[in-house]
Amino acid sequence: MTTRLFGEPVLRVEDVKLVTGRGHYLDDLGHDALAAAFVRSPHAHARVLDIDVTGALDVDGLVAIYTYEDLVASGGAVADRLPLLIPHPALHAPRTGYPLARDEVNHVGEPVVMVVARDRYVAEDAAERIMVTYDFLPPVVGVAAARAADRCVHEDVPDNVAAHLKQEVGDVDAAMAAAPHTLELDLSIERSASMPMEGKGVLARWDAAEGSMRVYSSTQTSTSVRAAVAARLGLPLSKVHCIAPMVGGGFGVKIMHPWPEEVLVPWAARELDREVKWVEDRREHFVSSAHERGQLQTVQVGFDDEGRLLALDVRFWHDNGAYTPYGIIVPIITSTQLLGPYKPGAYRVEFWSLYTNTVIVTPYRGAGRPQACFAMERTMDAIAESLGIDRAEVRARNFITPAEMPYDHQLTFQDGRPLIYDSGDFPASLDKLKKLVGWEQTLAEVEAARAEGRRIGVGLACYVEGTGVGPYEGAHVVVESSGKVKVATGLTTQGQGHFTVFAQIAADELGVPLADVEVVTGDTRRFGYAVGTFASRAAVMSGNAVALASRKVRAKALRIAGDALEADPGDLEIVDGVVRVKGSPAASIPLATVAVLSNPLRYAFDEASKAATQFAVGDTSGPPVREDDEPGLEGTDYYSPVGATFANGMHAVVVETDPETAEIKVLRYCVVHDCGPLINPMIVEGQVHGGVAQGVGGALYERMEYDENGQLLNASFMDFLMPYASEIPHIEIDHLETRSPLNPLGIKGAGEAGVIPSAAVFASAIEDAEGFVITAMPISPSELFELRRRHVAGDIPSLRRAGSQRAGPDEVVAQDVVEAQTNQEKPT
Amino acid sequence: MKPSPFAYTAPSSLDEALAVLAEVGDDAKVLAGGQSLLPILSMRLAAPAHLVDINRISELAYVRVEDGGVRVGALARHVDVERSTEAHTVLPLLRQALQLVAHPVIRNRGTTVGSLAHADPSGEMTAVLALTGGSVEVVSSTGTRTVPAAEFFLGPLESAVAGGELAVSAHFPSFPERTGTAFVEVARRHGDYAMCGVAAAVTLDADGAVVSARAGYISVGPTPVLLDLTAAVSGASVTAADWAAAGELAQSQTEPEADIHATADYRRHLVGVLTARALAEAAGRAA
Amino acid sequence: MSTEARSTPGTADSDARHDVQLTVNGVPRGACVPARRLLSDFLRHDLRLTGTHVGCEHGVCGACTVLLDGAPVRSCLLLAVTVSGHEVTTVEGLGGPDDMHPVQQAFQECHGLQCGFCTPGFLTTAAAYLEENPDPTEDEAREAISGNLCRCTGYQNIVASVLRAAAITRDRQATFGHDTPGVSRPKVAGRPDEGGTTAGAGAGA
Ligand SMILES: Cc1cc2nc3c(=O)[nH]c(=O)nc-3n(C[C@H](O)[C@H](O)[C@H](O)COP(=O)(O)OP(=O)(O)OC[C@H]3O[C@@H](n4cnc5c(N)ncnc54)[C@H](O)[C@@H]3O)c2cc1C
Ligand code: FES
Ligand code: FES
Repeated sequence: MTTRLFGEPVLRVEDVKLVTGRGHYLDDLGHDALAAAFVRSPHAHARVLDIDVTGALDVDGLVAIYTYEDLVASGGAVADRLPLLIPHPALHAPRTGYPLARDEVNHVGEPVVMVVARDRYVAEDAAERIMVTYDFLPPVVGVAAARAADRCVHEDVPDNVAAHLKQEVGDVDAAMAAAPHTLELDLSIERSASMPMEGKGVLARWDAAEGSMRVYSSTQTSTSVRAAVAARLGLPLSKVHCIAPMVGGGFGVKIMHPWPEEVLVPWAARELDREVKWVEDRREHFVSSAHERGQLQTVQVGFDDEGRLLALDVRFWHDNGAYTPYGIIVPIITSTQLLGPYKPGAYRVEFWSLYTNTVIVTPYRGAGRPQACFAMERTMDAIAESLGIDRAEVRARNFITPAEMPYDHQLTFQDGRPLIYDSGDFPASLDKLKKLVGWEQTLAEVEAARAEGRRIGVGLACYVEGTGVGPYEGAHVVVESSGKVKVATGLTTQGQGHFTVFAQIAADELGVPLADVEVVTGDTRRFGYAVGTFASRAAVMSGNAVALASRKVRAKALRIAGDALEADPGDLEIVDGVVRVKGSPAASIPLATVAVLSNPLRYAFDEASKAATQFAVGDTSGPPVREDDEPGLEGTDYYSPVGATFANGMHAVVVETDPETAEIKVLRYCVVHDCGPLINPMIVEGQVHGGVAQGVGGALYERMEYDENGQLLNASFMDFLMPYASEIPHIEIDHLETRSPLNPLGIKGAGEAGVIPSAAVFASAIEDAEGFVITAMPISPSELFELRRRHVAGDIPSLRRAGSQRAGPDEVVAQDVVEAQTNQEKPT
Repeated sequence: MKPSPFAYTAPSSLDEALAVLAEVGDDAKVLAGGQSLLPILSMRLAAPAHLVDINRISELAYVRVEDGGVRVGALARHVDVERSTEAHTVLPLLRQALQLVAHPVIRNRGTTVGSLAHADPSGEMTAVLALTGGSVEVVSSTGTRTVPAAEFFLGPLESAVAGGELAVSAHFPSFPERTGTAFVEVARRHGDYAMCGVAAAVTLDADGAVVSARAGYISVGPTPVLLDLTAAVSGASVTAADWAAAGELAQSQTEPEADIHATADYRRHLVGVLTARALAEAAGRAA
Repeated sequence: MSTEARSTPGTADSDARHDVQLTVNGVPRGACVPARRLLSDFLRHDLRLTGTHVGCEHGVCGACTVLLDGAPVRSCLLLAVTVSGHEVTTVEGLGGPDDMHPVQQAFQECHGLQCGFCTPGFLTTAAAYLEENPDPTEDEAREAISGNLCRCTGYQNIVASVLRAAAITRDRQATFGHDTPGVSRPKVAGRPDEGGTTAGAGAGA
């Protein structure tokens, strides 16, 4: 038997190309293309009064300058507002921008003028000489200012509220009133961003003779960019193709589309009948791509003497930036995924999505879940603290048990479908984590270290992640007459190893060697129907689609081989690319030959194809292609789930803070992860490592530092502090593999997992080390220093467990606590 | 993010360079390692009309032990200074500081004299020059002047090198006998510019008592700050000295400002903590 | 690239073109470019060696790291004209699919890359580092690559890759009794007389 590849740490097939410098990313294409650059707004909020391009006109190498007026003049939809991608009834005041500013700019970085020139150097020379006159408007920066609504972003949205959504399950007010204990928390979390190492980029080739457009974009969704370009340029879909070449990371920012440049670059290519390319530079990426995370939250929780949740009442204010092209997916996810592995009792969640004069907010890996996990896990720690119960124990008491699966939260999830957990064994996951960490022992060690004057703390956080959301993905699988298998799926790849993972699946299903399978993703010429790569959905959606399409091909191969071998297809197997009769392997036919036979021919073009020509094929009783059949050994199939499948994980971290400098050092980082059966454990662990690293960045280093004028003060890698290897700990991982009942492979998504609990787990650990409550993340040494001072001054109360004892369950002194932990609200 | 156009000259001798600089003067920028200048050009924060590239002037690529210290030529890369055994022998502080300058790959190209001329008050070598009481030799077609550290740094990113001039070398005098040195800093990430950094030198007498304790600071003012803290620890032995008191003394004499990475108070706090740590470490090496 | 003259008043001589001649991956290569052309752009667009990537253009990410006379440097912080006459080794010059450098092989074996965008910078940095320190500890390996940013991997497998590369180098030396392709001596990857058949020149074709 061929060894099964599913579950094996197969080395990635794409790597040889990538490590030898032969991968082609966007800017590696189109060397002769004209280059685009943009004049972007230097102001957060202003009216555009005048654009004077005369200074730029004599720049040698300049090809064209375009403003909004030119878009209008060219006619058609290109001058329209960019689309609202995901409408929602609660999004009552959606606003999107124009590809080039019409009369108003709403964040620093918004494109105002497009310049096309011989190369990027010259394009920047020209852009620099274009004078735009602005009339300043007062900017709204930060959630607090948006809430206060003394000023507004959009004149016709005076309260800055783009959306307001409330969901309630059970009677929260009654349950809260009846709860023996209640607590309130005020929390805040700041903006970060996906920040892939490769920025965005678009290359467009217009073929005037054919009237067709080929667009290359560094995108997470080529099918949808294609559709958007066709619509905006008034082209038939069949005349537009979009290809995502190798993409240097996405993490969410490239699922947003069409970016202004994705419309403008193809448009300019057609206007000029020249190839045009735009490659985003890092500064542009900071001020004109998307950010995420910023929220203010309040939590009120009611619980019993055991720490069991009775009522949970959450309100939060979400910063959606200047526009809402991606709808309100992020806050919806926060509001639903907040519940994690717990039964909340009665639950009410209400959010306001607010406009600010800052870069738009669209999903960044985790997509609202890190904020959700932060709210829930801070609450769990607060309950544990107030009752003096072990933090792991409080969580365990609130878990949904395996017997309760599938568990219906009676809420509506981000895909518009009911929030029903399909699988997971949370108690088992926690046990694994406690074992991995050595929970009791670590707590004891921390205690001992503390006695020596060191500040060490342990943190813990759990999450559940809805992955693999619909609507669907598909795959096309064909066995060529060479015996090679070509797989195409429409979603895109940004480093997740799809070329390998999908090949593993196809190879297993078809019984061919991995080396014979080649996978193509994100190329609409090869597969036109797809949604995109986001929400940890690729493996689940396309993985299952590849399996289903392969199964179709296999069935057909067995049928044709059965005819040729005069055997019952049920008695056949495919091993190493050869179809053979089980038990008598001598009776066999290579899959390559089956492929030849599947396509009846009139003309032979090589030795192999002779076998399928009209005088070679024996059976003349029926038509060469049967009525219910098609030529070719190929199949297409789709996977469309009834709902998301829910992965989960639990993280623990041990940190040490410097008593003097307030530097925060990570001593250990442990992960238990359940994404169902692992297709390729090496790749899954890589995804977890990467997520954790982004999480460490988000918790301890990264934030978007806007000043009150809406200027982003740290728009460079010098000051936006993504961690280097020196900042990332060694990560210890263990897996639990509970199958999803929802899909044929039983798998769940893994892409976002690592990043979700970071803010929560670090807050938990730093709080433990410091002995006072942490309510705002991220946290820097400077901020920790300021918190310490306020703690010493009595502005921030000590944890009860601080000092000598960490109360075990026996020492519980249950007490009614209504603590308003409002003391650390941060200016936003 | 591409530089504006500029005229470019790459002289191969010092004389040639001075002639070009005399001609293009104020509109010109000197290009040394480019590790600070290129980002500035690419972000178009500066657009000099002329760039005078000194990378071909091999006569300036040296690290020498001379005049009771180390003389570093304008084309000596940070890595050359860091790895020079002779320099390390007479002045260990150079290597102690350079290992905190950026990352090795930046040090392969960036020059030590360039980082002085750049006069970034967060640059480690500015404090080293200040603490050693060093000087920079600045030449132009009309002559040579030796500018002492105290007069070299005029403000953030502003040194005493004027248009038409070239800083050809820096001299870092070594310390008296029984002096130990240390460089201690706190940066957000490994290799980043520090939020506060302290270069310290402690000199003991033959009996092991402190006779001098001085420190140079980065990132706490518009230029590197040099403080004599001997008063707080004078006469004490290495183990008995109250380094924290020296830290407090330093705090009382610095006025750091806030930026996005650190509040002013946190910086001042670091001045105290790092002063004590750096002096203690330096004293340990002096003993 | 053509060498057309510039005519814009005021920028005519300031954007004059300079003849830049380099030895890239052992092969003499040249082009006539304005002085402001960054080495990264020169390699990628003038010579069409796109293996070197650009992630920030201000010296922080390290994706653009190449070897200049054997030592790793940021190609986005160098003008092409400054290094005319020198030797440059890019990722293409470390080794090709059939003669991978130990670091290239190790990155594949240890899953040291995901999107692969940062990878060329890590490979060149690690290759040069291992020449100096062929047997690093885990901490040293981590330190060695700590001036390069990767947004995908969390670095753990990159650290493992550096250690693995050291082991592969030792194995190859034990097996073949000689050195593996040396990065400061990029002769294996591309001798001038091998012309267009070498990895470096081939990828530019
Ligand atoms: C990512 C990164 C991190 C860094 N981190 C640090 C750090 O932590 N600490 C630190 O100290 N530095 C750091 N640096 C800067 C680095 O040390 C620079 O190399 C150094 O500051 C400037 O040296 P250079 O030779 O590259 O000068 P250049 O960049 O060539 O020049 C800098 C300035 O000095 C002028 N100049 C240079 N040489 C002369 C001369 N001989 N005569 C007259 N004028 C001259 C130039 O005209 C220019 O204005 C970092 C750089 C980068 C890219
Ligand atoms: S592109 Fe050169 S260091 Fe980032
Ligand atoms: S592998 Fe994607 S940035 Fe490193």
